[in-house]
Amino acid sequence: MKYRENLIQIGLLLTALSTIAILFLIALFILHEGLPIILKVGIKGFICGSHWSPQQGHFGIFPMIIGTVWITIGALLVSLPLSLSCAIYLSEFSTTKVRAVLKPVIELLAGIPSVVYGFIGMVVLFPMVRNYFGGTGPCILSAAIILGIMILPTITSIAIDSLQAVPYSFREGSLSLGATRWQTIRMVILPAAKSGILSGIILGVGRAVGETMAVIMIAGNSVIIPGSFLDPVRTLTANIALEMNYATGDHRQALFATGIVLFIAIIILNIIANTIARRGVEK
Amino acid sequence: MEDKIVVKGLNLCFDTHHVLKSIDLNIRANEILSIIGPANSGKTSFLRTLNRLNDIISTVKITGEILLDGIDIYKKDILLPWLRRKVGMVFALPVPLPRSIFENIVYGPRLNGVTSKAKLEELVEKTLKAAFLWDEVKDRLHLSGTKLSGGQQQRLCIARALALEPEVILLDEPCSGLDPLSTSRIEEALYELKKQYTIVLVTNNTKQAARVGDNVAFFLMGEMIEYGSTEQIFTVPHDKRTEDYITGRFG
Repeated sequence: MKYRENLIQIGLLLTALSTIAILFLIALFILHEGLPIILKVGIKGFICGSHWSPQQGHFGIFPMIIGTVWITIGALLVSLPLSLSCAIYLSEFSTTKVRAVLKPVIELLAGIPSVVYGFIGMVVLFPMVRNYFGGTGPCILSAAIILGIMILPTITSIAIDSLQAVPYSFREGSLSLGATRWQTIRMVILPAAKSGILSGIILGVGRAVGETMAVIMIAGNSVIIPGSFLDPVRTLTANIALEMNYATGDHRQALFATGIVLFIAIIILNIIANTIARRGVEK
Repeated sequence: MEDKIVVKGLNLCFDTHHVLKSIDLNIRANEILSIIGPANSGKTSFLRTLNRLNDIISTVKITGEILLDGIDIYKKDILLPWLRRKVGMVFALPVPLPRSIFENIVYGPRLNGVTSKAKLEELVEKTLKAAFLWDEVKDRLHLSGTKLSGGQQQRLCIARALALEPEVILLDEPCSGLDPLSTSRIEEALYELKKQYTIVLVTNNTKQAARVGDNVAFFLMGEMIEYGSTEQIFTVPHDKRTEDYITGRFG
């Protein structure tokens, strides 16, 4: 009996370790493949270089970094007002029944394949952007709108959970002191839920940074430093996905190096999200 | 003495659950009314009808009339913040907001538009003294309210309610989680406070009702069984069920 217990425990431990091992192997692999070119070009030259033409031996990914940053900021600008007001409404004003129906529906948004988002962007959004703002359609604006919708469920759902985790007694205490519902939300509930909401936002940012398919379809993919929100841009993820199947030698290594930059960015975002969430719990 | 609050034919339901059954009760000004009764007798729900805190539960249905100084508080044009400033409340579990002691107390007055720093400081000192807490915290007003001990937190909550300058104070088992010493401090405070305020005290502790109450109402299963002066209820209760409860035969 005891022997069997130990066996199960060791088996589970090995399975758990193997998932961690996979993470390390991936990290090791892309570092091994990508690091040489970064060392060759120099970290500064690789990250801050604005010239990307692998055939001529120029490997600067700065335009892609800028593209990723702009699209992510744009996605946040689109998503935050929607997701936060949605979360506040569903958590604080709607009845339990309405919330029970609407929250799963919002979370369903996360289940739509990203290629479908890209498709909708091309068919519906491009003509609208052309008509109202000009340009050809594929640009930062289009990508930001679509990505904003894609990260909506992540932020909304985590924000609802954080708001609901605020003790009910805070609400009663504040209301009984003559505060209106909105004053209670603004002065007591939001500050108490702040850390949870922030970590939700950061997870949303992580999702936006890592998104590939939808972005390839609607961001335009030009390797330029954009001058306006109607310019097409290429993101880090799109860069890898677009060029990987024909890249060789230094070019191939440079794509892996792009992966390293993405990997580090996502790890940093996750660490920030976890720290904020933990600090919230300790408080 | 004049009636501060008049309750007429009050009924309260949550969904299909009939919690309060035609309650008629007058609460006199500057007295402590204790409401006693076993668990689930509707005491707390009754208390929360007086500042309309039940309204935040969407399934609630209330009929009947509650007059505060002759004004029906369930009339359509009653502003809830106004009502809740007139009728302050202290909960069973002390729940300071996650702010400093000072900020906990000035929270209500600030919302009401008091901004002068001198006035707020004066209010903090006055209310903390009235709640017998001033001496213990005067040097650390900027400490988080949640760092205080349970008894101190409850007195902070009383001070916070007083800072609204209410006319009525509702207390929902304010001593249920406290040790005897903290309890006696709060009772001391109540005794002083009734000179200025009308106090409604829900308590599970019949001895407490006997110690501090002027009048007592006994609730059972959503009905008010008996109402009378503290002396009468505890010496010659008219109803058999009241007698059974206060002598400890049930509840």
